[in-house]
Amino acid sequence: MTTTIAPAPSAAQATVTLPGAEVLLRALVEQGVEVIFGYPGGAVLPIYDALFRQNHIRHILVRHEQAAVHAAEAYARSTGKVGVVLVTSGPGATNAVTGLLDAMMDSIPLVCLSGQVPTALIGNDAFQEADTTGITRPVTKYNYLVRRPEDLAPAVHEAFAIARSGRPGPVLVDLPKNITVGDAPYISAQAVTPRTGKIRTTPDRAAVSRAVAAMKAARRPLFYIGGGVINSGPQASEALRKLAKLTGFPVTSTLMGLGAYPATDSQFLGMLGMHGTYEANLATHGCDVLVALGSRFDDRVTGRVNAFSPGSFKIHVDIDPSQINKIVHVDEGIVGDVGETIAMMIEEWLKPPAYAHAADLTAWWAQIEGWRALDCLRFKQDQAPDAVIKPQQAISRIFELGRQTGRDMYVSTEVGQHQMWAAQFFKFDKPNRWLTSGGLGTMGYGLPAAVGAQVAHPDALVMDIAGEASTLMNIQELGTIAQYRLPVKIFIINNHYMGMVRQWQELLHGSRYSESYSDALPDFVKLAESFHARGLRVTRLDQLDDTIREALAHDGPVMVDICVAEGENCFPMIPSGAAHNEMILGPEQEDSGAQISQEGQMLV
Amino acid sequence: MQHEISGSAVISLLVDNESGALARIVELFSGRGYNIQSLTVAPVDEIGAISRVNIVTTGTPSAIGQVKVQIERLVPVSRVVNLSAQGPHVAREMALVKVVSSGEPRTEALRIAEAFRARAVDTTATSFVFELTGSTDKLDSFIELMRPLGLVEVSRTGVASICRGPQTIQNF
Repeated sequence: MTTTIAPAPSAAQATVTLPGAEVLLRALVEQGVEVIFGYPGGAVLPIYDALFRQNHIRHILVRHEQAAVHAAEAYARSTGKVGVVLVTSGPGATNAVTGLLDAMMDSIPLVCLSGQVPTALIGNDAFQEADTTGITRPVTKYNYLVRRPEDLAPAVHEAFAIARSGRPGPVLVDLPKNITVGDAPYISAQAVTPRTGKIRTTPDRAAVSRAVAAMKAARRPLFYIGGGVINSGPQASEALRKLAKLTGFPVTSTLMGLGAYPATDSQFLGMLGMHGTYEANLATHGCDVLVALGSRFDDRVTGRVNAFSPGSFKIHVDIDPSQINKIVHVDEGIVGDVGETIAMMIEEWLKPPAYAHAADLTAWWAQIEGWRALDCLRFKQDQAPDAVIKPQQAISRIFELGRQTGRDMYVSTEVGQHQMWAAQFFKFDKPNRWLTSGGLGTMGYGLPAAVGAQVAHPDALVMDIAGEASTLMNIQELGTIAQYRLPVKIFIINNHYMGMVRQWQELLHGSRYSESYSDALPDFVKLAESFHARGLRVTRLDQLDDTIREALAHDGPVMVDICVAEGENCFPMIPSGAAHNEMILGPEQEDSGAQISQEGQMLV
Repeated sequence: MQHEISGSAVISLLVDNESGALARIVELFSGRGYNIQSLTVAPVDEIGAISRVNIVTTGTPSAIGQVKVQIERLVPVSRVVNLSAQGPHVAREMALVKVVSSGEPRTEALRIAEAFRARAVDTTATSFVFELTGSTDKLDSFIELMRPLGLVEVSRTGVASICRGPQTIQNF
């Protein structure tokens, strides 16, 4: 088999020859890499040796390869750069698989470099051999097994181009040890033409014009934005603000889109979907023109697909053509970069005729305000000094006291109830500040993600809003935090349950809490101290604010064990198989869970 | 979308002839639950750097539309065409059909082979191997007719397809 990425011989002639590991690092430097998250092993020793003998690239030693990928994801998500991971062959690569799929699902640009046994041993079941390209093919955007020295530098350059182009994603480069030890020609990025030419970034003007015409005819319009707006870059968020202000349309966001539109703005309705707000979901259900911008109609957003936003004219903007008409049939599909498309929408909007129904929006907004008045995120906190803390109280106070520090805040989460509450109560006004595992729902994401964000932003306030069950899945990263003195603040919302599992068991399985109790938990205070961090615990309402303040004021890493009410459920909730207008708003309506059909129970 | 009728389609694509390229395509079908009825692949350029893959798949028009855009996402794939949706096209496959018989069935097999313009590419006292090229339907009916006449083995290539007229996969 031949590869086609090697440049023409004439370009290769003007190159220097170096040991493969040095060629690799040189290519990384040319690609602007400053940080690598990794873990050494036999097959990558030559690369680690080359790292030791240079000072352009900083290496962060994680405690597990999965954590390296999550840290790189958060680094990428919070900076807009490509995250880089370095793992060894065999178990090093297989441990990275969950992280790679996480990045794939959430469209995070990553390059994962993995060691491999020498090419002569491939297929022999050698020590620490794995068919890494075979295993990672479905969890990466693309992957390489570098078999020839002349393919090394071109593969690395193309990997970066593929990772960051179009819909971003993870790319893996598998590096046999003989390739990194032996000599290879250095080929610069300019000499490589990456196969990214199929990607369309500039949208079709006629399609945008038709979409804007539909927007101008709308009486109940809604923007439904997603992570694509963040991936498109800060200019896309800026353009979105401008378009929202020009049109006066309400805006709702997916979990991954939070921060792309300022949450404190009056036009923002909050998150939509399974744990979205009442106003966002009813607006989605009742709108007459739905403008999807960089979002992908995920099942957590749509609920029952045939009841999703019935009767609306649907416009869908996405850089990935395969997302259009994948789940929901749309009336106007626009392939292109969402930032460029929004900019073009603004141009078209400003052309005559002017919006004829601006006055009608008053009625739409009045309806929305009616839904908003329900205050669907309200919760009852007993105000007695020794009252048990509600998880919603804890999370909303962490946000409020964090905001009051005036520092730039980056927030990661694990997966579960605490994640949904954080999505509901944290009001992000800027993109790239919210780091969460959306598509894959990877428990154990938050702690390593906080590492990646703090490495990228040493002076920022980086917090992990955690659950006691999730955070134990990558708790070893307290070692990384200690080694690099990363002042991350870990708030464990400790309800002694895998809370979301418990909530579904209550709702769908007759409160039979099968294996969802967090038994035999560690003492998180002592655990933190054993990893050279500060450990704090709070059990009473009157100590909550002071404890959070103390944690925020500490200049090193802190882990706070916030013991909260055990039985609290996350609302609003659209039960599986239900429509947006069939939301459960609070405990008083929970009995309706018993009516969920078997069909609904089969959905996750 | 729910009331669409399922049908079959021929999808032709050009892919860089690199390690794992075919696996990417096949895994996309299995991973997303699409069907493959037949698949052919061979290099088609002078240096063997580009392969053409022809896939016969079944599904509703929107499902087949999804298959096409999903394949287009693959990095080494440079062109994808749904020939069935694009208009008139030629779709042919070849079969090698082994018949073991004697007496009247053997004579009958040879007679039918002539009617189908199948060639006997191997002949022994008790067996024939017929080579037959044509549309999938033609091969199916030939094999059906051979069944009572001593059919013991079939090997088929799967469909190779190309559009009619001066257009090519490159300039749709």
